[in-house]
This record gives sequence, C-alpha cells and structure tokens, in this order.
Amino acid sequence: MNWLSSNIDRIVSLTISHTWLTLVPTVLGLIIALPLGWWAHRFKRGQAAIVGTAALLYTIPSLALFILLPTILGTKILDPINIVVALTLYTLALLVRVVADGLDSVPHDTVAAAEAMGYRGWQRLLLVELPVAVPVIAAGLRVAVVSNVSIVTMAALLGIPQLGSLFTQGFQLRLYVPLITGIALCVVLAVIFDGLIIWCNRLLTPWRQRTVTS
Amino acid sequence: MNIVSWFTAPENWTGSGGIPAQIGYHLLYSAVALLVALVIAVPLGIFIGYTGRGEALVAGFANALRALPSLGLLVLLFLIFAPVVAGKLVYLLPTIIVLVLLAVPPILTGTYTGIQNADPDAVGAARGMGFTKPQILMRVQLPCALPLMISGVRSSTLQIISTATIAAYLGLQGLGRFILDGRAQSDFSQMAGGAILVAVLAILLELSFAWLGRVVVSPGLRRTAAKSSSPISTTVLEPATP
Repeated sequence: MNWLSSNIDRIVSLTISHTWLTLVPTVLGLIIALPLGWWAHRFKRGQAAIVGTAALLYTIPSLALFILLPTILGTKILDPINIVVALTLYTLALLVRVVADGLDSVPHDTVAAAEAMGYRGWQRLLLVELPVAVPVIAAGLRVAVVSNVSIVTMAALLGIPQLGSLFTQGFQLRLYVPLITGIALCVVLAVIFDGLIIWCNRLLTPWRQRTVTS
Repeated sequence: MNIVSWFTAPENWTGSGGIPAQIGYHLLYSAVALLVALVIAVPLGIFIGYTGRGEALVAGFANALRALPSLGLLVLLFLIFAPVVAGKLVYLLPTIIVLVLLAVPPILTGTYTGIQNADPDAVGAARGMGFTKPQILMRVQLPCALPLMISGVRSSTLQIISTATIAAYLGLQGLGRFILDGRAQSDFSQMAGGAILVAVLAILLELSFAWLGRVVVSPGLRRTAAKSSSPISTTVLEPATP
C-alpha cells in the first residue's frame, strides 16, 4: 500500500496515456469505417474485397504490428503513434464489416417509407439509414473499445508507458500491488468506455427505449 | 535490408535458439493450449447448445475476459504460482492457462450457436425419420454446427498464436524470444524478424483454416453456410447485451 501512495502521480499519468491510446484509435477507426462500410454496403463487389482485407489485417498479431509499423511509417519504435495507428487499423477492420452489416440490416420498409417521404440520397443515408443502423454499430464499437483497452497493454513489452507498464513492473519487483492496480484500472476503463457507448446508443436511438430492456 | 540479412544469416537458422526451433516451441505451446481448450469448450458447448442452459453465463464470462489484459493475467498467475510450483512449470502453467482462457470462449460460442442454429427443417426431418434426441445431436446438429465450430477454432488458434509471444516474457521460448531479446539488445532487425515470423505464421494458419473449412464441412451444408455466414459470424463477434 505504501507503493500506491508513493506512485500515485505515475499511476495517474499512465491511466491518462492509456485512455488516449485507447480512445483516439477507436474514434479514428469509427470515422474511417463509416464511409468504407457504406461503400461495402452499397457495392457488393467492394464488400468481398473489404471484408477479406479486414480479416487478413485482423490476423496480424498486435505486438508484431507495433514492431513492424515503424519500418513503414518511419517512426521510432517507442513512438506511441505506432500504437495509435495499429489500433486504428484493428478498429477499422472490425467496424467496416459491422457498419456494412448495420446498413444491410435497415428494413426495406423503412428505406421505402423514407423514400416516399421525400428523403433522397445523402439525406436518406444520414437521417434515416445511419440512425437505424446505430445499435448494430454500437455493439461492434463496444467490442472494439474493450479489446483496445487490453491490446494497448501489450505495448509495455516494448517499453511504451501505459497501464501495462504496471504489469511489467509487478513482474520485475515480484509485487502484487502494481500488478493488481494495473489490471483493476484496465477493467475500470473498459467498463467506463463500454458504458459510455451504451449511453450514446440510448441517446442516439430514443425510439428504441421502450423495446430495449436488455 | 538489415531484416533481410537477419533472415539470411545461417546462424539464425540453427541450434536451440534458431528460427526453426523457436517456431517449433511456438507451435508446441499453441497446440497444447488449443487441445486443452478444445477438451473444455466442445463438450461444454454441446451441453449448452443441447440444453439451452448457461448461455448468459458464458456470454458474460467471455465479455469479462475480453477486458482482462492477457499480459496482466500472465504475470498475476506467475506471482500466484511462484511460491507453490517448482521448476519450469512455474513459467509453463501460467502461459498455458492464459492461452486456454483466451481460446475457450470462441470455440464455446461457435459450438453452441452452431447447434442452436442447425437448420430446423433438417432437425424436423430427422425427428420424422425416427431419430432419437442423441442421434439428432450426433448425426444432424453437430455436422450442421461444424462450420461455426471451425470458425470458432480458427479465431481461437489465431488468438493463441499471437498471444503465445508473451511466453517469452516469463523466459520461455517461442517466437516472442526474438522480439524481447531484440528489444533488450536494441537489435531492431531481430525484433522485426520475430514479428514477421509471428505474422506469417498467423496468416498461414488462417489460410489453412479456410481450406479446412472447405474440406471438412458436408457438401450439403456449403450453400447454407455461405448464405448465412455474415449474420452468424457477427453474432460470434458481438457480445450479448447484458
């Protein structure tokens, strides 16, 4: 417990960098996945190509990607940018497909009704189809953000500071306190982000409130 | 260029720390973990799919596990085992347990959703032909579940292969050795070499599973499997809403 009080500043700064390393890629991945997913939904031929590439990308182990990205990006191995890019790619790979599935899941009746009411093209996509697809996209986003929280910790093996650094420290000192602190904070972050997405989902789909009891 | 010379240096291909040996260790840890996971997950998945019991529990367990970082879990298990277990097992046991924990949920989910999603017409036809319940399970539901089971085993295998790199953190062998030793010696080409080997191993396994899926699955199922593949694989990915 002494360890906790004397390291509180460090724990806070590790938590903050962990939060950034998780949130930035998740948001970036979502922003890129929306147009790509729409494209895959709109053009079936694009779907096969995109889903295939995404699956292959998802196959590459995170630690390997953290190490190989610097050669491609020209960054240093300790640069947190590598983590951000790697996790953005993973999030993108997961969400492209989810966005396409979400848009596919919009009932034809809804689309037809929107069309009849005068919604056209972009208007229909942004005001009708995308909002209806939100629950599916949110479900995918929850998986992405929770896995990102735990994938970030792998960067500790390279020496990039975030909550995973507490695991390596726990191992080196043979101490439970830093280790448990790290694991607990990771779980807390995951629960908070997960809850945040559930909350946004409720906020964005007010018409579902009566049916969403689960 | 450095990476190329790391790969072409003959001394990296021989001896107990060479590339073939480390690939062997990596595959050995992975195979043991996958086998244990199969022994746990397949019977349990059949039970859940057959009885419909315990599904919510399993989904919750899988979600909770996703949030648990494997590196943290590895060190935690090591600290727990260190005073109790002797010899090499103190490194081996935590590694295998972490890999098994990662591998169980996808196989389990694939098995029970596969059984539950077996074509109701086929099940009904089998019942009409006088099959008993266990016969329906063994001869209809399980073969129908095979595509989803294989896709579960596939994601488990990929998880195991990519996570087995952390075995090296506790001082074991495997491809993670190159990554961690390279890091310790500031030898980037060794790190990159290890990373490329793990990535290639994962991609090769992914491709062989695609091939396996085509060979093992009953021809009568292929059409339906292809048709339903997209909604079902997303159900495997997505967590059940708590």
